[in-house]
Amino acid sequence: MKFGVIVFPGSNCDHDAYHVISKHVGQPVDFIWHQDTDLSTYDAVIIPGGFSYGDYLRAGALARFSPVMNSVREFAASGRFVLGICNGFQILCEAGLLPGALIRNRELHFICDYVHVRVETADTPFTSELQKGSILHLPIAHAEGNYVCDDETLAELQSDERIVFRYTDARGELTEEANSNGSRFSIAGICNRERNVLGLMPHPERACEDLLGSSDGRDIFRSLAATLAALV
Amino acid sequence: MKAKVYVTLKSGVLDPQGKAIQHSVELLGYHGIADVRQGKYFEIALDSALDSAAARETAERMAREVLSNPVIEDFSVEISEA
Repeated sequence: MKFGVIVFPGSNCDHDAYHVISKHVGQPVDFIWHQDTDLSTYDAVIIPGGFSYGDYLRAGALARFSPVMNSVREFAASGRFVLGICNGFQILCEAGLLPGALIRNRELHFICDYVHVRVETADTPFTSELQKGSILHLPIAHAEGNYVCDDETLAELQSDERIVFRYTDARGELTEEANSNGSRFSIAGICNRERNVLGLMPHPERACEDLLGSSDGRDIFRSLAATLAALV
Repeated sequence: MKAKVYVTLKSGVLDPQGKAIQHSVELLGYHGIADVRQGKYFEIALDSALDSAAARETAERMAREVLSNPVIEDFSVEISEA
């Protein structure tokens, strides 16, 4: 199995993602410059966090027009796996690969903190090694992480069990305070209808070593690796 | 030809920046402000060879595809000669 990490001008979590795949998942991984368009040798691509194009216009809005994104669209349509983290989630929403949008945090501030998210479904390639209801301790670092969508989209996300992560307190309770960016329905991460594209605001790649405060993020990458291993 | 494009948040979408601006102007002593909504404004100089219908068509397409996010925003376009 082979992973790719897409690099836009302004990406800044690309090396973290690369490190996790090479060191903790133990699989081959390449950086993919946003001008490249050949994804044929990859099984999964990660769209990392950062500030692609300086967040100009809207977070993720300009990255959507990079040449690699047409390839990502075809890659996703072919059933291969796409993981968008933070700015990567914003890009996937702007590109229409995931529904909804991420707007300015409710309290306006950039939030850099550790949060808890509850796993809402283990039925995705990214959470298959986790249990529904597990609590992960993960960092967030964003100013536009306030997830919004219309009523129809929310109903569809719920009925299809496509809400993958929700912000909770340490005990797994949904509270207003735990939903620090103000996201609708405390949504921290969702997947597409086919379940092969996941976007989330928290940074699992920054939480893969105890030294960094949490290693809970590893299970997301391990789930993806286990899914890929089972396909071979 | 010049196109003026206004991008505004849809009415149901919370505008935390507009709320903060409203709060600040109220602190400055402005009264009677019911609501503040923040948006974006673009001035686009278009090729003078375009007639106003073609200019509008180009500006509206840009507004729809790039300048606004239809999930959260609406836009309007004005075309003028200069």
